[in-house]
Amino acid sequence: MVAPSDPQGRGPVPDDQPRQNPVDDARTILTADDMARALVRIGHEILERNKGADDVVLLGVLTRGGPLARRLARVVADVEDQVDADAVVGVLDVTMHRDDLADQPTRALGTTSLPRGGIDSKVVVLVDDVLYSGRTIRAALDALNDLGRPRAVQLAVLVDRGHRQLPIRADYVGKNLPTAADERVRVLLAETDGRDAVLLDSNGRQR
Amino acid sequence: MTAYLLTGARPLGEESTDVLVVDGQIAALGATAADTAVDTAAERVDATGLVLLPGLVDLHTHLREPGREDAETVASGSRAAALGGYTCVHAMANTSPVADTAGVVEQVWQLGRDAGYVDVRPVGAVTVGLAGERLAELGAMAQSHAAVRVFSDDGRCVADPVVMRRALEYAKAFDAVIAQHAQEPRLTAHAQMHEGVVSAELGLAGWPAVAEEAIVARDVLLAEHVGSRLHVLHLSTAGSVEIVRWAKTRGIDVTAEATPHHLYLTDELVRGYDPRFKVNPPLRTAVDVEAVRAGLADGTIDIVGTDHAPHPREDKDCEWAAAAFGMTGLETALSVVQAAMVDTGRMTWADVARVMSVGPARIGRVADQGRPLAVGEPANLTLVDPAARRTVLPGEQATASVNTPFAGMELPGRVVATFLHGRPTVLDGRLVRPGDR
Amino acid sequence: MKHLLSAGDLSRDEAVLILDTAAAMAATQERAIKKLPTLRGRTVVNLFFEDSTRTRISFETAAKRLSADVINFSARGSSVSKGESLKDTALTLQAMGADAVVIRHSASGAPHVLARSGWTRGAVLNAGDGTHQHPTQALLDAFTLRRHLVGRRHGTDAAGQDLAGLHVVIVGDVLHSRVARSNVELLHTLGARVTLVAPPTLVPVGVEPWTCEVAYGLDDVLATGPDAVMMLRIQRERMADGGFFPSPREYTRSYGLDARRLARLPEHTIVLHPGPMNRGLEISADAADSPRAVIVEQVGNGVAVRMAALYLLLAGADRPTGETE
Repeated sequence: MVAPSDPQGRGPVPDDQPRQNPVDDARTILTADDMARALVRIGHEILERNKGADDVVLLGVLTRGGPLARRLARVVADVEDQVDADAVVGVLDVTMHRDDLADQPTRALGTTSLPRGGIDSKVVVLVDDVLYSGRTIRAALDALNDLGRPRAVQLAVLVDRGHRQLPIRADYVGKNLPTAADERVRVLLAETDGRDAVLLDSNGRQR
Repeated sequence: MTAYLLTGARPLGEESTDVLVVDGQIAALGATAADTAVDTAAERVDATGLVLLPGLVDLHTHLREPGREDAETVASGSRAAALGGYTCVHAMANTSPVADTAGVVEQVWQLGRDAGYVDVRPVGAVTVGLAGERLAELGAMAQSHAAVRVFSDDGRCVADPVVMRRALEYAKAFDAVIAQHAQEPRLTAHAQMHEGVVSAELGLAGWPAVAEEAIVARDVLLAEHVGSRLHVLHLSTAGSVEIVRWAKTRGIDVTAEATPHHLYLTDELVRGYDPRFKVNPPLRTAVDVEAVRAGLADGTIDIVGTDHAPHPREDKDCEWAAAAFGMTGLETALSVVQAAMVDTGRMTWADVARVMSVGPARIGRVADQGRPLAVGEPANLTLVDPAARRTVLPGEQATASVNTPFAGMELPGRVVATFLHGRPTVLDGRLVRPGDR
Repeated sequence: MKHLLSAGDLSRDEAVLILDTAAAMAATQERAIKKLPTLRGRTVVNLFFEDSTRTRISFETAAKRLSADVINFSARGSSVSKGESLKDTALTLQAMGADAVVIRHSASGAPHVLARSGWTRGAVLNAGDGTHQHPTQALLDAFTLRRHLVGRRHGTDAAGQDLAGLHVVIVGDVLHSRVARSNVELLHTLGARVTLVAPPTLVPVGVEPWTCEVAYGLDDVLATGPDAVMMLRIQRERMADGGFFPSPREYTRSYGLDARRLARLPEHTIVLHPGPMNRGLEISADAADSPRAVIVEQVGNGVAVRMAALYLLLAGADRPTGETE
C-alpha cells in the first residue's frame, strides 16, 4: 500500500491530533465559551438544514468526535422536545478503514456503536473535532458503507484547518482556521482532557 | 637433512628452553640445542613464550571420505587437524561405504598418507555396515596396512549385549579396543536433545541421560566379565562419570573420552533452535558439564576427543528436527580445553598433553605419537600461544564445513606451529604444504 | 511485536491488547458486511507443512475478512524428510512478496528458524509447531475464558481485563501438546491458575519449572471446583507404539470427561476442547454437547483472535504495540 504524502513531503497527515500536554507557546483559538457557542450554532444549523430533527442521527468519529456528537445531540434535544439525545447518537471507529495504517503505530481499536434505530434511511451527521487532510472522513464514509445505507451523510467539524488531500468539505464548521502545515491544532474536551479549548501550536508537529 | 631450532619454547608450559629438531627426531634440548644448531644450519623458529606440547592425537574424527566428500575429505580434514595442533587423527568408520573391510580402511589410510598433514589412523567398524548384528572382519582390518587398533560403530551403539560381548572378546587377539557410542536405541527413538527442563519447554523429544548411562554400566560390566579393554566415547553425563569412576576403582580396563563441546556448552543453547547446537550425544546441563570437567581433571576421563563431525551447509540450514547431528571441532579443541580446564586452574599444560596426546596415543596403540618431549623421541610437536585470543570465524577454517558451535565466540589460545615427524605442517599459524619444505 | 512465535513471548499488556482487539474484531463479525478493508494489498501466506484444515481455514478467513490476499501453500509430507526444504519454500514465498507467513510445521521450532533466518522479511505467525507452541490457540482459549468467566461474572465489559483469579484445569496428553504448553504460559501471564492433569507417562520430564500445578488424579482436581476444564485431544497416532497407557478404555475411565464428572462441576464451569474431538475417548458426547461446552464458540473466536493478531502484526508500522502517537 502506497501512502500519500502531504505537500511538504512529511508523510501522511492524520486528522486526529496527538494528545500532548499544552506547551507554552500554544495559542488559544477557541475558549470554552467559544466552543459552546459554536456547538449551539451548529446544532441549529443542522435542524435548519434538515427541517427539523426527524431521521437525523449523529455519529461521532472516535475519539474526540464522540463527546462532540453527544453535546450536539443535547443541543438538538433542547430545541426539539421529541428528540431523545441518547437515542440519536453513536460513535464510529474508523481505524480499520484507514489507508495510512502501515505508516502509523498500531492502534488499539475502539468500539463502533450505532444509534438504536440504526442508520438505514437516516440522515447521518458525522461529527469530528478537526478537519484536515480529509482522510479520516473518507475512512468514515467507507465504514458507514459497511454498516448500512443512510439517506444522506453530512459532516460537522469543530475546526476546519485546511490542507485537504481529498474532495471533502464540511457542512457545518465551528471555526475556519487557516494554518501552516507544520502547526498543530489541538482540541481539548472536558470529557477527555479535563477542560474545553482549541489550541494552536506553531512549533511544528511532534511525534 | 632438515633441522629446526625452536627457541624459547616452554615444554608442557614449564621453563623456557631451546629445542632442536633434526630429521624427524628431537636432537637436543636446552643449552646444547643452540650449539648443535649451528652445525646443522637449522632454521630458527621463534617460540618465545609458546607452550610446547607433544603433537595432539585425536581418537575421534569424522573425515567423511569416502562418501560424503561434500562435508569433508581426508585432505581437508587433515589440514584442519594440523591447524588445530594435531599430528594424528583416528578416522571414524561411519563413511559410505562403511569402513568395515580391510579395503576401505587401507583406502582411508592411504588418503591420509597422500595428504601428508597428519597421521591418519582408520577406525574399523565393529559390525558389518554398522548394523549391530554381525561382527565385521576385525582381524583383517587389524592385519591390514592400516593396522587398525580401534573399532567402533560410532554414530550407532552396539546395542545388542551379545554382539558387544563378542566384540570385546575378539578384539583381545590383536590388542585392539572397542570404542562404544553409548546410546540405548529404544530410549532415544526420535530423540532430539537432552531430556530435561529445556526439552520440556521446547517440545523437542527428550534424550535421557539414562540412555547413555545404562549402556556405559552394561559395557563396563561386560568388559570386566570378559577381561577386555573398553573405551567409552564422548561421555556426556554426570552419571556416566560416576559409573566410569566406579569401574576404575574396581580395576576394570575402561577408558573414557569427553568432547570439547561437552566441556563447554549446555542444553540452554538449544533454546534458539539453531541446529549448530544439535549433536549426538546432546548438549547436557550445567551440572553435567561440571561433572565432566571434574572427571577429566581427576583422571576418570582419560582423554579429550573432538568428535569433529562436519556436515554440508544444507544439513544445518533447516529446522531442528531435520538437521544432522554433529559439530566440527578440530580447529577449536585445544582452545576450548584451555578455556574450560587450564584457564580455570583445573589442569596444567602437562595434563593437557596427557589428555590430548599421550592418552589417545596409548589407547589407540600409536607407537610414535604422544611421546615424551625428550632427546631421541619422534618430533611430533605443537606450539601454542596461550596468551592469544581469537574469535572463531567458520568461513576461515580449513575444514570444508561451517557447523562449528563456537562461531563468533572469543576463545583463548592459538596454535602457532605443528611439526609432523620433524617437518612443519603449520608455521606462524598457517599451513605449510608438504612439498614446500 | 514483529512475530508471534510463542505465547510465552507476550507480556500481560500485549496479551490483553490482543484480546481487546479481538473483541473489537468479533463485534465487526456480527454485522451483515463482515469484510474490512484494513489489510488491502497485503499478502498473507498460509504455509502448512502439516495438515490442519481447521487452523488453515481459520487463518484464511481471518486474513480475508481483513481484505488481505491469501496464498495457501501446502507442503505436506516434505517436512522433516529431506526434499522440499523450509529454506527454499521460504525464499519462494519471499519472492512472491509475503507480508506475513502463517506457518504450521511438525518440527518444533520451525517458525523460530524461519523468523531468525532472514529467509523472509514478513511477520511470522506460529500456527502450531510440533509439540512446542500454538499461541493463537492459547489466545482464543483465553478470549473464550474471558468472555464467559470475566465479563459475565462481574457484569461489566471485559475489555482491559485479564484472567486473574480463575482456575483452569487442562487434562490429557500434555507431553505432546503444544496447546498445553501455550496455555500454561499465556494463562499464567494473564493471572490464572493452571492445573495440568495427566497420567504420569504423558507429563514431560522437566515439567517442574512450568508455571502450573501437575496432578495425576482428575476427580480430585475437579472436586476443587475449577472455573474451566480444557480437554486435550488424545492423538491416537502418537499412542500407537507409545504404550503411554494400557488401553483407551482405561484412559477414558481415569481421564475422560463424561456426564458424571460434568455434573459434579460448579454451575459456572465451562468446558473447552481445541478440537478435533475424539468423542468417547477424552470427552463423552454428553459433555461435548452440553450447554457448558463452548467448543463451537472457540472456533468462531479463533477467527477474531487471528484477525487481531494479523492486524497487530501487519497494520502498524514496525513499532511496539500499544504505543499511541
